[in-house]
Formats: sequence, structure tokens, C-alpha cells
Amino acid sequence: MSMGAEHQITAGFMPLFDSAVLVTAGEMGFAAREGIDLTLHRETSWANIRDRIAIGHFHLAHMLGPMPLACNLGLTPLASETIVPFSLGLGGNCVTISNAVWAGMAAHGAAPDLDPARAGAALGALIRERAGAGGDPLRFAVVHPHSGHNYELRYWLAGCGIDPEREIEIVIVPPPFMADALATGRIDGYCVGEPWNSASVAAGTGHIVTVKALLWRNSPEKVIGARKAWAEQSPEALAALLRALHHSARWCQDPGNHAELAGVMAQAGFLGLPPAVQMPILTGHLQLGGGTELDVDDFFLPFDKAANFPWKSHALWFYTQMVRWGHMAHTPQNLAIARDCYRPDLYRSALKPLGVALPGANAKVEGALKIATAVGATGAGLVLGPDGFFDGQIFDPDEIDAYVASQKSGLLRA
Amino acid sequence: MPGMVRSALAVLVIDENRIRASIIEAGLREAGHERVTVIHDVTGIARRIAEIEPDVIVIDLENPNRDMLENMFQLSRAVKRPIAMFVDRSDQASIEASVDAGVSAYVVDGLRQERVKPILDMAVSRFNAFSRMARELEEVRGELESRKVIDRAKGILMKSRGLSEEAAYTLLRKTAMNQNRKISDIAQSLVTAAGLLGPSEDE
Repeated sequence: MSMGAEHQITAGFMPLFDSAVLVTAGEMGFAAREGIDLTLHRETSWANIRDRIAIGHFHLAHMLGPMPLACNLGLTPLASETIVPFSLGLGGNCVTISNAVWAGMAAHGAAPDLDPARAGAALGALIRERAGAGGDPLRFAVVHPHSGHNYELRYWLAGCGIDPEREIEIVIVPPPFMADALATGRIDGYCVGEPWNSASVAAGTGHIVTVKALLWRNSPEKVIGARKAWAEQSPEALAALLRALHHSARWCQDPGNHAELAGVMAQAGFLGLPPAVQMPILTGHLQLGGGTELDVDDFFLPFDKAANFPWKSHALWFYTQMVRWGHMAHTPQNLAIARDCYRPDLYRSALKPLGVALPGANAKVEGALKIATAVGATGAGLVLGPDGFFDGQIFDPDEIDAYVASQKSGLLRA
Repeated sequence: MPGMVRSALAVLVIDENRIRASIIEAGLREAGHERVTVIHDVTGIARRIAEIEPDVIVIDLENPNRDMLENMFQLSRAVKRPIAMFVDRSDQASIEASVDAGVSAYVVDGLRQERVKPILDMAVSRFNAFSRMARELEEVRGELESRKVIDRAKGILMKSRGLSEEAAYTLLRKTAMNQNRKISDIAQSLVTAAGLLGPSEDE
């Protein structure tokens, strides 16, 4: 690309649809317009992304939301200090189960309506029925232990009275292998981003039972994780990139660009899947299996609802779930590390010259907004939420001790 | 003899690339490691690990199952002793060389660095040798391809403009020089254009 670019930035990504904002920043010229020569490297595992960031192959990368926290909290080998100055979108995941599990759930009152509480109650009844008959526990897969998928699956199960530690087994399977693992019976269900849920529905081997957008509305998923050392040495390069990502995210959100976006992502070097299979995530129009179709509001947002703002309350919620499932201890030191990981200050200062709407706060009370709400912000109007959890719980980032204690004292981790 | 068996390290190589895996296996055996197991397919790997009880696990970085494997090393009951990545995290140069070469190593807890380092060094050098070989093969293949394309372009020129083979080649070379491009690029453009414009003139 242009030799005269002001900034050279190398970034890693996984071939998943929610890398779109990063990919199109390069492919549609948004990075070049900000004076950036952006080199993208497609990776095969999150472990590779972590290793290549740690040894300096990448300045930044497409990452799972909790992954930078895990890096900074010393939960992973070879990790370097990583900050999050930008979120790549809200939502996008589903929980998909085998036809056999669906039949069992339907017998216990599940309906094809994606309602998390109803589906969870049916799944719980099925699990207890199986346990009573001496059957093996159901096996669910997620993509990584430190992932939104793992935490939202566990939150859903626990909220429906199912102990994810004892009543089911949770294993790790890479996204592209999920549908095959379900079809061959190696797993009974999974939580993953699109298009790997629709893939099972299209093959006639699975049912979508609920979606991230209903478990926790407008909730965080992938982020940009950047090497802290690089970000501190190259603040102009980072700010230029955040502006490029902002324009790219806006472009990705516009329905008028969806056909072109699907075409870009279809290329072998990116997602490498036909444009048609990318449409459910772009439109929120899902086939659930068995001929049922449903439109999900705010299924995946790459830009709207302040989707790119790295809320500290999102990071802190991930932190509480890491504590809840025994990934680490709740200590003042760990909490401070978690609090410093997401960097709304960097996002705000980079975008300020653009005069766009920016949230005034760094954190919000998650679950407080029951409907989409215009909020006070700098610049033009900004609409947030709704951001409710399916079980009506509220997460107040100023009351972390109480939240952690309430989840610990439940029937599950007693 | 029993003493020797106890001290010999069990090495597990997980690599979907069979050629590369056998190159590493050969290298380890040459270096005196008898207990080497190679796995290409990770299906049922938990059981294999329980059987093999490896001291060192070498995995190629292209393996899409790395996240699954890492999680298993940390949590699975199949792994009786905890397995960590690399043996000495302070040995940055060695870690960088590994990642550069495209290989990572996991080592059971408590194993001394001097016992593992030669294995890792061996894997890194064999991985690099394999990449070099693959690159050279790719270059040869590319050369053959461009020779074929140049021949087709010459054929098109000879037929459509009544040139001799030598004159056709000279024209291609001159055009390439004038445009500061490779002859094979000019030839490819010509073949593509001919394909678009007419009934396959190059056949």
C-alpha cells in the first residue's frame, strides 16, 4: 500500500463476522484516509492473537471482550498488558442445540420464541429428567474460556437454576467446527457468533433457542485490544486508527452498504463464506429451525447505540463473571486492573475532533434502561439501550462487592 | 534400564501437516528421543494424552484447535500434571524464535529448562527448515506457471499477428521493459484479454 502513510499499523483478526469493522477500515479505505497503512493478518486461534500481540508482531487485534482482562490479570500464558480503546460491536451470538435436545425441551414447554427464561426452564427440566434416568450430562461448547460466549451461557443457565459447573459440561470448540460437532453428536449445544448458528439450522441439525441480544440486550462482544506499550508510544497512530474505525463502523451499520460489506467479508482472506450466510447477522432475521423465522431487535450492532464505546461497566461485568466462575479471586488489586483495562478516555479524545455524539460517563448501570433512551452527551443526540438482563437483574459498577456476593451466595456456588 | 526409561522425556507432536510432523519426529529421534508420538487429528486427544502422559507437547501455531488444547491442558482430568506454555517465560528470545517459526511448546510443571530447551530448539529449526522448503517449492511452481503463461501469450501473438516465436517473445520483452513490469505479467494480461475478446485464440 501507500509508502507515504504517516502510520504503519499491523493488526490481527479471527475470521469471524464481527471483525468487519476492522476489516473494512482497511478494505474500504477508511484507514488510508487517516494516513494509516493498515496491514491485517488473519489468525487461526485466539491463542495466536495473544502470542503475537505479546511478542510484538501485532500492535492491536480483534479480541474477545474478556480476553484483554484475562491478559492483564495474568490468567493466560505469554500475555502482555493490553488495553481496549474501542468496542467492535454489540450482540451477534446465539445458543444452538441439537434436534434431540430441542425435542426434549419442547416436551417440557419450550417454544420457538427465543425467550431465555422459558427456554431455560425447559432445559432445566430436561436436564433433571436425564439425571434422574442416569444419563450423561449434556455437553455444551463455547469458543474460549475467557469469552462473552462462556459468560453469557453460564449467566443464562445459572439464572434458570441450572448449575453450569455440575449439571452440564462445558468444552471449547473453535467456531467453524461447532456445527459439525453438533451434527456428529460430540456436543449437545453451543454458544457462538453468527453464521455458525444459522449453519446448523440450514443443515437441519440444530435449533437456535436463544440469543445474546435477549440474554443481555445491547451487550459487549468483540473489542480492539491494543498493546499498552505501543499505545503509549504512538498516541497519534492510535487516535487516527480509532477515527478510521469509527467511520468504518458507521459504514458497516448502514443497510445500504450491507450487500457490499457481505461481499468484502466473503473474500477468502477474510471470512471466506458466501454473502448469503452473512445476512442473518446483518438483518437480525433468523431461521430458528423447524421452519420458524423471527426478527430480533438489535441482534448485532456494529455502530448504533454507542456500540463502539468501551464502557468500563462492560469490562467490570466480565470481571464479576470471572470471579463468579472461579477464574480468579475478587481482590482490590484485581478489581483495579479490571477497571483500568477499557479506556473510554482514549476513545473520547480520539473522536472529539469529529464532533460526534459521545457518552459523557465512563460506566453505566447495566440493566437500568428498559427502553431505547436518548441520553445527555457531547455533540449530537445519542440513543442508548435498552440494556436489560433477561432475569431483570441490575449490575451497578459502583456496587461490585454486593453483586459478587449475591452471585456467590446463590444456590450455585454455595 | 528402568532408570533410563524413567528419565526419557515423552514428547507429543501435534501437527496436521504430516510431512512437517515427520521431519520433527525424525529430528527428535536423531537427537536420541525415543518416546515421540505424533498426532495429526485432535479427535479423542484427551484420551491419548492420558495414555501418553507427555512431558513436552509441541503444537504448530496454524492449528485451529489451539484454544481447545490450551484449555484442556489447564482443566482436563486427562492431564494429571499441570501443563504450562514454554518452560521459562523469561527466555524472551527463545519464545520469539518459536512464535516466529510458527510453533509453541507446552511443558509439564516442574520440568527443568535445560531438559526442554534442546527439544524446543530442534522443533524451531525444523519448522524453519520446513518453511524454507515450502517457500522454495512455491517459487519453482511459480516459475513453471509463468513459463506456461509466456508460452501461451507467444502463441496468441504468433497466431493473431503472424509473428515468429522469436519476434513474439521480443515484443513481450520490449513491452515489459517499457512498462517496467515482468514479462509474465504482460503475458498474463495478454492471455486474459484474449480470453475476454475472442473465441479462445490461444488454443
